[in-house]
Amino acid sequence: MAELEAGTTTGRQRPRPLSPHLQVYRMMLTFVMSGFHRISGFVLYFGILLLAWWLIAAASGPNAYANVEWFMGSLIGRLVLFGYTWALLHHMLGGIRHLIWDTIHGFEPTERELLALATLVGSISLTLIVWVVGYLAMGGPR
Amino acid sequence: MKGPQMRTPMRRVRGLGAAHSGTKHFWHQRVTSVAGIPLTIALVVIVVALLGRNHAAVVQILGSPIVAIVMLLFIINTVYHMWIGMQEIIIDYVHEDKLKLASLMANTFFCFAVAFASAFAILKLSFGV
Repeated sequence: MAELEAGTTTGRQRPRPLSPHLQVYRMMLTFVMSGFHRISGFVLYFGILLLAWWLIAAASGPNAYANVEWFMGSLIGRLVLFGYTWALLHHMLGGIRHLIWDTIHGFEPTERELLALATLVGSISLTLIVWVVGYLAMGGPR
Repeated sequence: MKGPQMRTPMRRVRGLGAAHSGTKHFWHQRVTSVAGIPLTIALVVIVVALLGRNHAAVVQILGSPIVAIVMLLFIINTVYHMWIGMQEIIIDYVHEDKLKLASLMANTFFCFAVAFASAFAILKLSFGV
């Protein structure tokens, strides 16, 4: 406010600096990964219902558990579970990145870009590894 | 403390910032995120180990003390972490007072419901009946 008033007292409006809108920023990986972290957290918030459903079904009995098994085994169920796995691991690695930043390390341009890239590559790789191991544990896709 | 102070003397006396509760939630989010790393890895290992097993085997493994304790810790830690996180999202994006209060309440209800339902299920698997 003080700046605005100072601008008007000179008699003519000085062009004030405007905050750049989101669309004019060059897309940076750190910016995208920051959004991913919040979105993955938001998704996981509701995704935990899958875990709760699984636990309650297991505690309820064989019939309830069969329903969970049926859903998780369906194409949609597998897609949801795959997304949940990725969101979980991505949020975990993103969290580790934030913990590193909390120690005031990794803020150099190359470092923060590397950390952002490592989060993405790491989460995708870990998700694929978990699913390959999972399928191997089940004796292959079925 | 050295250097210029952003906080006014009154805030310093009360130990509170704009959040009206100091930095408690910020710190708790860090504590639960650190705890969440081993607990999340443990959850993934447990779930993968249970894939494709029949109900009886799943009940037996989930109900064994070590697995049940790890699952309980995961649930409690994660639900508190996500309660703080969702509160932060609501405060960031919901500005209408009534809707904000309703959202914050719904967040608490949801988190308590998920935590208690999951914990009850794990305890039932452990103690039987």
